[in-house]
Amino acid sequence: MTEALLSICNVSKRFGAVTALDDVSLDVGAGEFFALLGPSGCGKTTLMRAVAGFETPDAGRISLAGRDLAGEPPYRRPVNMMFQSYALFPHLDVAGNIGFGLKQQGRSRAEIESRVEELLRIMQMSGLGARKIEQLSGGQKQRVALARALAPGPSLLLLDEPLGALDRQLREDTQFQLKDIQRRLNTSFVIVTHDQDEALALADRIAVMRAGRIEQVGAPAKIYRRPRTRFVAGFVGQTNMIDGVIENGSGDWFVAPFGRISVASCNLAAGAKATLSVRPENIEIMRGDSIGGILGVVDDVAFRGESTLLRVRVNASEPLLVSSTKGENLAKDDVVTLHIAPDAGTLFAEDR
Amino acid sequence: MTGKGSKTRLSPSQRLALAAPYGWIVLFLIAPFVLIAKISLSRPATARPPYEPVFDLTDGFARFLEKLSSLSLDAYRGLANDSIYVDSYLSSLVIAAVATFFTLLLAYPFALALARAPQRVRPMLIGFAVAPFWTSFLIRVYAWIALLKDEGLINHALKALGLIDAPLPMFATSGAVVVGIVYSYLPFMLLPLYASIERQDATLREAAADLGATPWRAFWAVTFPLSREGIIAGSLLVFIPAVGEFVIPDLLGGSDTLMIGRTLWNDFFANRDWPAASAAAIVLLALLSAPLLFYERLRLKEEERR
Repeated sequence: MTEALLSICNVSKRFGAVTALDDVSLDVGAGEFFALLGPSGCGKTTLMRAVAGFETPDAGRISLAGRDLAGEPPYRRPVNMMFQSYALFPHLDVAGNIGFGLKQQGRSRAEIESRVEELLRIMQMSGLGARKIEQLSGGQKQRVALARALAPGPSLLLLDEPLGALDRQLREDTQFQLKDIQRRLNTSFVIVTHDQDEALALADRIAVMRAGRIEQVGAPAKIYRRPRTRFVAGFVGQTNMIDGVIENGSGDWFVAPFGRISVASCNLAAGAKATLSVRPENIEIMRGDSIGGILGVVDDVAFRGESTLLRVRVNASEPLLVSSTKGENLAKDDVVTLHIAPDAGTLFAEDR
Repeated sequence: MTGKGSKTRLSPSQRLALAAPYGWIVLFLIAPFVLIAKISLSRPATARPPYEPVFDLTDGFARFLEKLSSLSLDAYRGLANDSIYVDSYLSSLVIAAVATFFTLLLAYPFALALARAPQRVRPMLIGFAVAPFWTSFLIRVYAWIALLKDEGLINHALKALGLIDAPLPMFATSGAVVVGIVYSYLPFMLLPLYASIERQDATLREAAADLGATPWRAFWAVTFPLSREGIIAGSLLVFIPAVGEFVIPDLLGGSDTLMIGRTLWNDFFANRDWPAASAAAIVLLALLSAPLLFYERLRLKEEERR
């Protein structure tokens, strides 16, 4: 990571009896695309609002490029925010909205005009400067909101569920645009989202939050492949959570209701209850009954294009989800054998 | 929704329900208006009623036509030629406009404070704003006499403080009329302003602050322009009745305070020139319809934009 631009140190915030942020520490580098990911109520929005200056932390320190932001009102922070509802000014046209921040900075009219023009071009909205806000489509509003937040040239841009209000098709197109714009402007983006796909696709690094705490910070691939907690494994991506017991013999074994699975490295004691999280694509599937695997029967087949998702009944209360590129030849009620490689999953001790 | 051309049959009770408001308007708005309009076209007479012709159901058709042809615009010509009417209209419009401006100036900070007050105390604060309505309007205006007159409370207080030697002439001036109007009509300005500020999306203010606007600038760039509808509605609610106001100028104004309401009253009751007074009322109505129509057009345009 490059030198930290935004530094959040031991920040806590309570609303009455609710702890929204519980001793949160986090660094965001210059030019980084960072995502705060978590379910609603996890504190990610409170954290973002604290950075923008709309909430005052009860404890801790937020600094930007080494400067402590405590006591700085929102209008004096070199941070801009793109609101979830966009919060576009309905009485101003598109150019008036985009130029709002520049006007507050006291820029000349010519300067504002050329900057607005440039942003409209980046947003592929050239010529729409005189449009009224209510005449815009949802996607256009989203781009105006982004342009407005970028116009004053913030060193850090906060985006609150920026794609949440768009329909699926538009959302995927916009994801790439957003990443493209972020790279081109080399501005740090901090995005708040509850959508794991969005976080995985966009961010250089993700912080997964739960109940006011940060569960894990890391690159998308690391978070996906090596979740540090059971919550992260379950929240980010699809996974099979298998309950079982650790057994030590010749190597380490995880004993599930449907059989023993060899696990690579394990610092759990023998007899400890544990949960194995295995991604559907990390389970190998073969037709027929072969030795040394987990016997199962195909319960349901969902063709997904590049792969097929299968639900396989095994000797356990929950069926296992298996994703396979060769699965489309299988049909319901076929007998199959599953293999889980020693390094395919992640083991979690029983919840503390 | 059924369109214009739909043939939906309405039950008699439904028809009655639909007809009721129209009946109300015809009975209490159109009918008096037609009567006044007719009187304004008559000639004054020393009779009872004090104008002619008077239509009578026992008249024959020929007599009816004769009476009809005797109607004239004389009263309106009289208005145009009599400077007291022109002056009354102008002075009424100026006094009402000045009073409306000061009402807005006073009500806006109130409305803003009300809209930003914690949700649970708002009903109580609105109650306070409307509380004066529980006393008689007349008594409240009388109270201002006690405050404004030469030996009134304000002059007393100023004298006691040594700020003045002779009493300030406040009572029986146009200024006193403006004060009376501002005081009496404040809630009519306050409530529409409050409504238009209160329903504004609070994130818009956050967005303005986020983009570098100080609270002062955010107010002028966002809150104020977005309350335009409330400003217009409140101003009309104050301005229109203020132009025709009679009680306030009569009680607080001086003999030189010309307002059309007073001139009208004089013509009706002192001069018994009903046609002239009726014509003055009709012209006033026409004058006041202009801002109303303007507001209505504005509202329709706004609605279209949504």
